Amino acid sequence: MPGPQPGAKSEVALSLEVNAPPLRSSRYSPLGDQIFTWAMLACGLCVLALVGLIIYELVTKSSNSWHAFGMNFFFRSEWDPVNEQFGAFPFVYGTIVSSLLALVIAVPLAIGVAVFITEMSPGWLRSPLAFTTELLAAIPSVIYGLWAIFVLVPLIREYVEPFLARHFGWTGLFEGPAYGIGMLAAGVILAIMVVPIVSSITREVMTAVPRQQREAVLALGATRWEMIRTGVLRNARAGIMGGIILGLGRALGETMAVTMVIGNRPEIAKSLFAPGYTMASVIANEFSEATSDRYLSALVEVGLALFIVTIIINMLAQVLVWTVTRGTPARANV
Amino acid sequence: MGVSIEVDKLNAWFGKTQALYDITMKVAANHATAIIGPSGCGKSTFVRCLNRMHETVPEARAAGSVHIGELNVYNGSSAVQIRRRIGMVFQKPNPFPTMSIYDNVAAGLKLNGYNNRKKLDEIVERSLKLSALWDEVKDTLRKKSGASLSGGQQQRLCIARALAVEPEVLLMDEPCSALDPISTGKIEELIYQLKERFTIVIVTHNMQQAYRVAEFTGFFLLGKLIEFDKTEKIFTTPSDKRTEDYITGRFG
Repeated sequence: MPGPQPGAKSEVALSLEVNAPPLRSSRYSPLGDQIFTWAMLACGLCVLALVGLIIYELVTKSSNSWHAFGMNFFFRSEWDPVNEQFGAFPFVYGTIVSSLLALVIAVPLAIGVAVFITEMSPGWLRSPLAFTTELLAAIPSVIYGLWAIFVLVPLIREYVEPFLARHFGWTGLFEGPAYGIGMLAAGVILAIMVVPIVSSITREVMTAVPRQQREAVLALGATRWEMIRTGVLRNARAGIMGGIILGLGRALGETMAVTMVIGNRPEIAKSLFAPGYTMASVIANEFSEATSDRYLSALVEVGLALFIVTIIINMLAQVLVWTVTRGTPARANV
Repeated sequence: MGVSIEVDKLNAWFGKTQALYDITMKVAANHATAIIGPSGCGKSTFVRCLNRMHETVPEARAAGSVHIGELNVYNGSSAVQIRRRIGMVFQKPNPFPTMSIYDNVAAGLKLNGYNNRKKLDEIVERSLKLSALWDEVKDTLRKKSGASLSGGQQQRLCIARALAVEPEVLLMDEPCSALDPISTGKIEELIYQLKERFTIVIVTHNMQQAYRVAEFTGFFLLGKLIEFDKTEKIFTTPSDKRTEDYITGRFG
């Protein structure tokens, strides 16, 4: 295209402007944008409404048991449907202990898996490994439960529990008869279910750490481990914490697999070999047999307790993330 | 004190693509040597071969001989050992965002196992003074994160981090390309002072910069070292036609 003469430049520009069809003014209508705004607002409000309704239902349906036991409900250890005496403490305890046990086992393992996949594995092994880890997350929990009953529980009964009792029995955490079924089995099966969640999120955030950060550490003369620790994990820690919280959420609410191996006895024992019970399990197991109003109401209140525990733990985790990442700019919180 | 660098028949590859061809040059101790050339000519690859950072890229490899002082880089020493004696400053400032200014500077020392608090304080102060950042950050050393500084300050922080381990050689890979003219001026002034204590190799896109800071200049083109001489000579009476064409702006 031949360029316009220098003198004619302004004229050309002027005529273009005059002849240009008024595209913007004819096509633009504020209506579409308004509809979009309202539709998105409705979506956002839906979430609030949902949570509000859940709280409303939990509170109203548990009023019977609330009037009978009051605040004490959450701290009583008695669970006697025949005499209509209910207390949720063993369930709260079981849920928290089994979930924390799961995290203790799962977090180091999951971070190890992520470090191996992103930093050390040979290229051809990387995607099969990542895919398989994610596949673990897709297995229904009842399958995990079945596997636990037929494989994991016998293993724990025959090998793990005798070993732990012999070497660590003095701590008091590993004593009593080795049933296989119990808090330990529940913790292990939860750990296996939590690993894929934590490790795939850890892997994502580790991959997002820019190459310049790795090079900065390497150029200072870091070994591979020092590079991963200082250049990668340190920069990714906020994201890793997020992954752990998601994993904890899964562990707290998990029902089926835990019910199948925890022993379902509302007791509080120091030993991890002893059977226990979780909030989610008791609701699932006893809802259909809850014949009296107070029994049903007590189960709903257990649900309320689970809801409250989840909220409290999530808030604590937020505080933890905040203290860990305080003072670091948003760029690091990939 | 700085040491000299002797490079003999250095070749480098990215996978099957060869990036450097038989580079042979001698970098003088306690001087600044500039590496210039158009984009993609291998100048960054060249400096990254000197401290074996090149091989951290997947599928990249290098062959040839590089001596830094009495160290044989490609034969008989580990990459970790070499990098502890050669400091490097990158194109984009890369302070550690999760560490305070103090910890950024001390990072290399801590990797080397330094724990003595008093000694660390001393070295951090000295390094920040060397990199002309001390006055700007001395009140917020432990409070502010390395990433909260401006771009130019971040780059001087990275220089302090590299200097803290007392390297014998400082490699700078286009250290000013992400900076404004004022920060660039500060860093050039710094290079001028630092070469009394270190041997400096600086890759630059900016020919005036090479002229201002370096005694020696090497001109790279398509992976080959075309000409290597006193900066004065390269910029006034280059012996190769291609150098002259590049210097005078006929391409590049």
